[in-house]
Amino acid sequence: MLQSLLASLRITAATMAICVAGYSAAVWAFAQTVTPFTANGSILMDPARNPIGSRQIAQGFSQPGYFWSRPSAVDYNAAGAAGSNRSPTSEDLKARAAETVAAYGATPDNPLSADLAAASGAGLDPHISEEGALYQVPRVAEARKLDPVKLTELVNQQARPPGAFLSNGRIVNVLDLNRALDQLEDTQKQVVAGQ
Amino acid sequence: MTLQAILLVLIIIGGAALLSWPLGRYMTRVMDPDGGTGAMTGVFRGIAGSLGREEQDWKRYVFAMLAFNIVMFTVVYLIQATQQWLPLNPDGMGAVRPDLMFNTAASFTTNTNLQHYSGESTYSYLTQLGGLMWLQFVSAATGLAALVAMARGLAGRSLGNFWLDVQRASFLVLLPVALVFAAALVLGGVPMTFGGSVVATTLEGVQQTIARGPVAAFVTIKQLGTNGGGFFGPNSTHPLENPSFWTNMIQMVAIIIVPMACVWMFGRIIGRMRHAVVIFAVMLVFVLIKTTGAVVFETTPTQAFAGLPIAQDVGNLEGKELRFGATGGTLWAVLATATSNGSVGAMHDSLNPLTGMMPMVGMWLNESFGGVGVGMINMFLYIVVAVFVAGMMIGRTPEYLGWRVESREVKLALFALLAHGVFILGGTAIFAATPWGAATLNNIGPHGFSEILYEFTSATANNGSGFEGLGDNTVPWNIATGLVMLFARFIPIILPLAIVGFMSSKRRAAESAGTLSVEGGVFATMLAVTVIVVGALTFFPAATLGPIAEHVMFMN
Repeated sequence: MLQSLLASLRITAATMAICVAGYSAAVWAFAQTVTPFTANGSILMDPARNPIGSRQIAQGFSQPGYFWSRPSAVDYNAAGAAGSNRSPTSEDLKARAAETVAAYGATPDNPLSADLAAASGAGLDPHISEEGALYQVPRVAEARKLDPVKLTELVNQQARPPGAFLSNGRIVNVLDLNRALDQLEDTQKQVVAGQ
Repeated sequence: MTLQAILLVLIIIGGAALLSWPLGRYMTRVMDPDGGTGAMTGVFRGIAGSLGREEQDWKRYVFAMLAFNIVMFTVVYLIQATQQWLPLNPDGMGAVRPDLMFNTAASFTTNTNLQHYSGESTYSYLTQLGGLMWLQFVSAATGLAALVAMARGLAGRSLGNFWLDVQRASFLVLLPVALVFAAALVLGGVPMTFGGSVVATTLEGVQQTIARGPVAAFVTIKQLGTNGGGFFGPNSTHPLENPSFWTNMIQMVAIIIVPMACVWMFGRIIGRMRHAVVIFAVMLVFVLIKTTGAVVFETTPTQAFAGLPIAQDVGNLEGKELRFGATGGTLWAVLATATSNGSVGAMHDSLNPLTGMMPMVGMWLNESFGGVGVGMINMFLYIVVAVFVAGMMIGRTPEYLGWRVESREVKLALFALLAHGVFILGGTAIFAATPWGAATLNNIGPHGFSEILYEFTSATANNGSGFEGLGDNTVPWNIATGLVMLFARFIPIILPLAIVGFMSSKRRAAESAGTLSVEGGVFATMLAVTVIVVGALTFFPAATLGPIAEHVMFMN
């Protein structure tokens, strides 16, 4: 009995030292050396070195001049992520989708792309579909007084197939897109100022 | 199914199957070295002390396994209970309720990883790595050790020594494979930092706190050890736990590769590779059937959006991540429940009703590759029953690998298989009829019933996934599922070892022309039918009340 306890404790110590401490340290050292940006959560900084978000994490957008992320059951809380966990047959889900449809002003002639109505698994999906982005182009263009053709080009430029030939359709990173949008406007202002 | 979906399924399952062959060969070499003297055996004997020298019978082997598992449970309970005073706690996680500590310790000791908490808001980095990740290694190692012992017994040898086997599994199998997969996930963009969370100011000027952590190390062993417990609450749907299509593919291969290799290792140790091929094929067929069902059912668009101006042409997207493509999350749901992994790549609660039934079927059967080590052990229980029934049908004393299967062995096998049904259906009945379950639902009607059924299924199958809308961090849920996980883990490990112990104490018969061959199509069919009759039919009435009723009521 005592012998078994002692053997268990010695194996506990050995596995803790090697499989926990040694293994974690090795993976950590590898990650921090080879991929320091993603190893630290893909945190993006503004010019003053203040964090503005993670490239991998959705943030909430509600102003008309930005592209909006997918709905989030946790309001984009990146310290307490979760999905809606509603059944696809649920009345609550229907009510939520109706609100989203109203917010976008979707109509049967101009139906909303489904990913913009469906909440993601963690509530932090950083992507929307290319169709979902194009759907928002008229609103963003009007709010920013930009040429919709130029915005469409920007969306097309940023859209990527998530898994090369193994996936259908293309997706866009919303934070990347909105940062590019801000830059685009800055350059335009400079051009106008220069004229 | 689209062409892309079929290609993806073939690459993941086929790729894992191909890789499992060399891995099975390697695992046999290090887990069962010739004459018990592998390169590291001396070192492991040194760590184990005098107990590392004995040849154990099934009782001694089980005793050693239980002793180590009690220590595992106790250590992790204590780490949780003291985390607020321990280091590596940059986000200041506080004390945890005792019932949750009990549930979590039971959950990770039993390789289940049912999580009634969210990692990013409950546990410190020390608890996550030193407690939970440690158990992800040693609980999987326990399962692997038990399988090797069972195979040795069936080969007519002593069961070996648990103290050596558990170290071989931890250090020589799980650790090196984990290092390879962790490197791949790091390159795919999974974070590995001790820096604590970051407070960002978003483009619209809102404060967003972003939880981070030593994710890559944790996620790798969560997948390889069929553990499934996520670093973050929503598991592998979280973008930092699974950032891309490619990390999603790597993780799916990691989910299924070790359970597949376990079948080959079993075949090699008993010296019957053709028998292993038959078992592998039966398991594979079950996985492919469930996969096809799930992928097809999930192409039905979200029913709740019908009638609204929403363009739905890619199936049900609620609870799914776009970067995994249309089928990534669904395929994952099948693989992680065919094995006892239980991580999720889409929210199972939001799957279409019949899609959501596929994971449940996987856990009811619990042998389509199953957990590390224990999946093959579960299949052994079905084999004993199949051999017995076949023996009765042809009027011969049933034999398996030359060992006579008599009433004592069959009783034990059936007891272990029926316990599975009793825990699932009994637990569901009690919680569905009382506020313990009924007051914790996130959905009403048949889907609410499915939430309870899924939770007990997951606990009993030592899976760990969930219909996560269920408000399961309550005292009744924590205690009930905690106990179920413990019983449902150790009954189907101890009884098979006992069966092997009893069988191998008899004289081994030479196989003759009249012996039922365990290497052909007849046996494969017999085994598959046994699995369906014993495994699936037990649960058909419950399935009718849950997912099937929901489908019939709402999906038209």
